Order: sequence, then structure tokens, then C-alpha cells
Amino acid sequence: MDEIFGIPMSALVGQLVIGLINGSFYALMSLGLAIIFGLLHVVNFAHGAQYMLGAFVAWGLLEYFGISYWWALLITPVVVGGVGLLIERLMLRRLYRVDHVYALLLTFGLAMLMEGAFRWKFGATGQPYPNPIAGGFDVGVSYIPAYRVWVIAASLVLCLGTWLVIERTKLGAYLRAANENAALVRTFGINVPRMLMLTYGLGVALAGFSGAMAAPIYQVNPLMGNSLIVVVFAVVVIGGMGSIIGAIITGFGLGVVEGLTKLVYPDAAGVVIFIVMIITLAIRPNGLFGQEAR
Amino acid sequence: MTEAMPKPLCLSVKGLVGHYGENLALNGIDLEVRAGEVVCLLGRNGAGKTTTLRAVVGLLEKRRGSIEIHGQQTIAMLPEAIARLGVAYCPEERGIFASLSTEENLLLPPVLRPGGLSEQQMLAIARILRTGAKFLLLDECTEGLAPVIVAKIGQTIRLLKERGFTVLMVEQNFRFASKVADRFYVIDEGVVVDEFRREDIASDLARIEGLLGL
Amino acid sequence: MKHFSPGTQRLLLAAFVALLLVAPFVLYPQFLIEIMCFALLAAALNLLVSYCGLLSFGHAMFFGASGYVTAQAIKVWGLDPALGILCGVAVAALIGVLTGALAIRRQGIYFSMITLAFSQLIYFLALRMPFTGGEDGLQDVPRRAMFGVIDLSNNLVMYFTVFALVGFGFFAIYRIVNSPFGQILRAIRDNEPRAISLGLRANRYKLVVFILSASLAGLAGAVKAVAFQVVTLNDLTWVTSGEALLICILGGMQTLLGPIAGAVLIVSMSHYLASYAEWVLMIQGLVFVVVVLSFRKGLIGELYAWLERRALRGKEQP
Repeated sequence: MDEIFGIPMSALVGQLVIGLINGSFYALMSLGLAIIFGLLHVVNFAHGAQYMLGAFVAWGLLEYFGISYWWALLITPVVVGGVGLLIERLMLRRLYRVDHVYALLLTFGLAMLMEGAFRWKFGATGQPYPNPIAGGFDVGVSYIPAYRVWVIAASLVLCLGTWLVIERTKLGAYLRAANENAALVRTFGINVPRMLMLTYGLGVALAGFSGAMAAPIYQVNPLMGNSLIVVVFAVVVIGGMGSIIGAIITGFGLGVVEGLTKLVYPDAAGVVIFIVMIITLAIRPNGLFGQEAR
Repeated sequence: MTEAMPKPLCLSVKGLVGHYGENLALNGIDLEVRAGEVVCLLGRNGAGKTTTLRAVVGLLEKRRGSIEIHGQQTIAMLPEAIARLGVAYCPEERGIFASLSTEENLLLPPVLRPGGLSEQQMLAIARILRTGAKFLLLDECTEGLAPVIVAKIGQTIRLLKERGFTVLMVEQNFRFASKVADRFYVIDEGVVVDEFRREDIASDLARIEGLLGL
Repeated sequence: MKHFSPGTQRLLLAAFVALLLVAPFVLYPQFLIEIMCFALLAAALNLLVSYCGLLSFGHAMFFGASGYVTAQAIKVWGLDPALGILCGVAVAALIGVLTGALAIRRQGIYFSMITLAFSQLIYFLALRMPFTGGEDGLQDVPRRAMFGVIDLSNNLVMYFTVFALVGFGFFAIYRIVNSPFGQILRAIRDNEPRAISLGLRANRYKLVVFILSASLAGLAGAVKAVAFQVVTLNDLTWVTSGEALLICILGGMQTLLGPIAGAVLIVSMSHYLASYAEWVLMIQGLVFVVVVLSFRKGLIGELYAWLERRALRGKEQP
């Protein structure tokens, strides 16, 4: 059959794929934010800028060093994560003693600084990045580019892998325990300050990795981070930051909702996530998966 | 006959002053715990007993004075460093992690000594023994427990003492403490106001009970 | 201000007012108006941040939406500027009610994200609505006579009108802060659980402050629309919200004069760097980071701290 509710199947499949792609990034970014927030109790407003940084690092590796996409996927999170380590060690750490507000303001200021710096260097125009996986799959009703499949698969694997590490490993147990009571964990001899630094670095590395994966899809430009992060914030408000699985489901789910809305009511596609956020705030203030004690 | 050499000092606290924010919580605590001793801190609510333990273990941020553990000055040390000196802390709230399974809770501290205990409180004590620490700080470990369990804990602490453990504990339950601890400090308004040994209790009972408001 | 004797306070206030009255004859009135508008925007934000601990990243939505409505009211509906400003403020207040009711429900950590999300939503709507003129903005808003008699086309007259309006805004903030209401706010900020246990509906108070803050930000936006005769989408972006925050912390949060000092610096800086437009955002970000890390009290805050130290030293002397 060619159509469902008057919508051509090819369009449906196409938008579903786009929805899953966007959802992949929403999920990865929500995950990073949730991990950082869980331990540091800071909403990392610089997350979008760090995503943008990741995209530019991947682009820069290709442009200036001829380093291919696949190597960039490995190098970028290390570089961007490294920047995250420095940020935590040199700046965030100094603000733990004072009101939470300042840590929040710092990350916001960093976002301004990073976007400003890249806007200064590159203007607002985008740099193209070549598609590393040519070709695609003909699924009868539609054609799905291979790269898109890779992004969705990689995101799923990374999200679930992160969930596994946090929920099922010793390291994850340390993280979960420190989220609850960092002081007590320190009395066991565990170096929590170093954990904080590594956790921030990990969350930022996730953002950087997302940026590298995004490079071939969206244009690499200084504004890409902040337009994404606002939507991710809405996603995080809807899903809550207390649950890893919640962040993943909400991210992918909202991506699909957004994609399908484009078919049914195209004008609303840009704001449907915000509308869901408003509805969630009205009827379930704690978010879909929210059970935060804080 | 010469006296036996006094056991080495496990903990020596001199002039410990501590604040929670702007509020003065400890106003010059002096106490010491020798290796192999079980020492108990007594006093009313809010006197500063728990705060003293937190200061020793490194969790009281605003502290000054002198705290020496095994001869090493720890007044400015980080909690994780103090832990590595062989100090374990069991907090009043137990601190069991809800987002961890029982097994994860039990195995969380880096080295585990199997406890085989079933009650949550026993679990808390067992957990901290994993680190191989020999100096235990126990905060209200019998609170809210049935008398049978309390007796079991008393046995456990005596067992630990026989195995060479040193214990500094905080207890509201004087009856329990009087059977378990060797020496007692009474803390009031952030200062040590009295000190006595288990042997002295019988002869001094009335005064001590008056001091504790019993 | 409490660091000076009442007599000195009055003297300083008089000097300050005199300075403001003379200023337009020395510096460009439009430049000063821009400072005043941003000072009011920052002061409105400051009220929310300092007295409720609610960090809003979306204040541009009140500023910009009010500006658009005011411009539309004057240019297209032909209203008197005073009425136009009133419309703008009303719309800002309305947005404040709607967003505040939803944003404050959630625990504080989400509040900032929600305000940013709402701000983006408003931006998106404004981008689509035809009346805003999209990328070009709403231009050529006529400087009609206010109340039919005050000739706003004269820059000096405009200046003094703005001075009166912005002054009113600051006065309102002053009265809010130094009132029983303000004391309750401080109690809630310092120890919310305690305040609630004493029977205070903390969220209600926060919502009221949120709406007041939104309205004052709207006033700033409306005045700016009248004075500069143009409103653009820029006024709705997170960059504007960020600028307002920067002015707050640079000038000194928790102070009344901080936003003014901060606005003087930031607006001057963006004018000075006008030919290096690409640098502005980056430099603002840099200043932001430096201030948050090492200079948290801000200019006025540091000034007050210095005065206090001096006073203490004075007392210590035998």
C-alpha cells in the first residue's frame, strides 16, 4: 500500500528516519546533560557549544590535517573531552563552594565565549563536510541513506552502552553512589573530586562526539550548538534528568514526534517539542520520568 | 612492678574548633583514643558528638586545631586521604545508597571483608570493614534497633576489639555504651566537659547520670 | 547606600540625579537612552535573580515582545505612545503570567532551561508572524507626541521622558525591595523550607516577582522601541538575555545601582567595538567568565565591600 491516512509511505518512512536522526542527537545530548547534572548538580549550558566544538574539530581534522571521518570520530571526543576536563579543573571547581547560580552562569558565559569565538573566526556561514558513507538502502517505499542508518545505530549503541556502564559496572556504581552522597563515598577512600572532573569530561566528550557525527548531516557552523541545545533543554524538561533510560526514550521519542508532525502539520514541527514541554509542565510537573529528590 | 607501656595513640584531638557555615559547632574539643580502645562520646542532642566524628573523618569543612591520626596531622586533609590512613566511618543516617543494589552497596568500598549479616545496620558496619581499616568511627549504631539486635552489635564491637580494632563511637544509649566502651567523654555545647572510665561508673553513677540528664 | 549617613546618601542621590539631568547635553542622548533601557532590563532581571534565586535566561522574550507590540500599537494602530507602551507592558506581563505559572512549578534546576525554551518559542513565533517583519524587523515607528503634547521627536525631550519612565521603573524596584513584601522574599530566598513551614506560599510570591520582573523588562523594551523607532528579532534572542545577565553580574547582583553601572560599561563597550561587531559576543563571553570566576561581587558589590572594610577599620582604630 502506498499511503496511510493520505500520507505517502515514502514520505512517512523518510520523516521517520529524519525523526530518528534528530532523536539520536536529542538522546545523546540529553544523556550528556543528565550525566553531568547527576554528579555535579550543574546544568551545563555550554553543552551546545561543546557539540559545535566537536563538529568543528572533526571538520578541522579533515580540512587541515586530512584526517578522515572515522579517525575523527575517535579523536574528537578525546579533544573535546579534554577541554571539558580543563574547564572542570580550572573553572567549575572554584565555584562549588559558592551559590549554584555561579556555576550555571559560568557555563552560560562559556557558551557565549565559544560561540562568539567561532563566529568571529568563521562567520555565521556553514562549512560543508563530506558524507563518509556513500550509498543507501532501497527499502521499497523509500531510500534510506546509509550514513543516516549509521548515525541512528551508533547513537543507540552509545546510549545503551552508557546505560550499561552506569547501571551495571563498578565504575557506574561509584558514580551512582556519589550522585547520592558524595561526602560518604569520599570516606571510603574514593577520589570524588577526580570523579567530578572525569564525569564532566565524559559528558562533554559525548557532546563532542555528537558534533562529529552531526558534521556530515548539518552544516558545520558556529550557531549549530545553541539552536540544538534549546530543544534539548525542552527534551530534558519533559523527560527529567533523574533517569538514564528516561533521557534516551524521551530523546528518541520526541525526535520521532517532531518528524511525524512535519507530515501532518508542517508549520507546527518547529514548536511541537515546546508544546509537549508546556503540556508536560501543566499536567506532570516532575517530568515523564522524574523522581528527583533534589 | 612496672606499668605496661601505654598503647600508641590512634587519635589525638587538641583544641578542635568547628563551624557549620557561620554557626559554631565545636568550641575546642580535646580527646584521645589509644590503639585497641573502645571510646564513647556521650551527650545531649546537638552537643557536638556527630560533628566531632565528622571533623575527624574530614567531612567538616570549617575546622581548625589539631587532629592527629596515627601521629599524622590531618586537620587539613581531604576525606579520601584520611580514609587511606585506615579510618572508616559509619554515619548516623547509615548512608545506604538507594540507587544501588544491596550487593553494590556492600561491595562499594574498595576492599571487602565478608560480613554475612542481614540487618541493614549490620550491613553498614560490615561495609566499612572492607577497607581494611582498623580505626572505626560509629555514629549511633544502635538507634532504632530491637534489643536483641543491639545485644548482637555489642558482641560484634567486643569481637572487633579482640581483633585489634580501635573504635570511637557516639551513643545516646548509655546502658549499651557502658557495657561496650572502655572510656567515655561527655560533650556539651561543643566542649568536652567530663571524662571517665568504665571502672568508675559504679562508684560515680549518680553524678554521671545527672550530667547526662538521665 | 547604607554605608553612608543619611545626609551623605541624600547628597549622593542629588548629585546622581543632577548628573543625569546634565548628561544629555554632554553625551549623545540616544546613547544614554540605550544605557537606561538596558539598565532597566538588567534591573528587572536582577530583581528575579537576587531576590528569588531564579536565574532566567529568557528575559529577552519580555523585552522583545513588548517592543514589538508597542511598535505595532504606535505605528499601525495609531495609538498614543503612552498607550502603546502600556500595551507593550501588558503583553510582557501576560507572557510573564503564562510562562511563570509553568516555569515556577518545576524545581529550581529546571527553571532556567524552561525560560530559555520559552524564549526560543517566542522567537520562533515572532519569526513566523507577519507583523514583526521577520528578518527586517519593525521599522519606522513614528515618534508621535505623547499625550498629544510632549514632542518626542526632539531627542532631548525623548531623553527626559525615558528618564522619567526608567526612573519610575527603578523606583518601583526600590519600593518592592524595601517593603514587607521584600522582606518576605528575602526570607523565602534564605530558607525556603522554613518559610513554607511558617505558612508562606513561596511559589505564589515567586510568581508575583516573576510577573513584576517581566513587566519591568517589558517597560524597558517598550521604551526602547519608542526611542529607537525600530524593533528587530535580535531583541528576542538569547544573546540579549545573555547581555542582560552580563550587565547584572558585572554591575553587581543584589544591588540597586549594579545594573546601572553594568549597563554603562556594556553599552559603551558595544559602541566602542561597533566596527568589530564579530568580536562583541566573544568579548562579552570572556568578560562573563572572568567576572563569574574572580569578580563575583561586581563593580558596585566590590565598592560596597571596600566601603565596609574601610568602615570596620575606622571602628577598630582606638
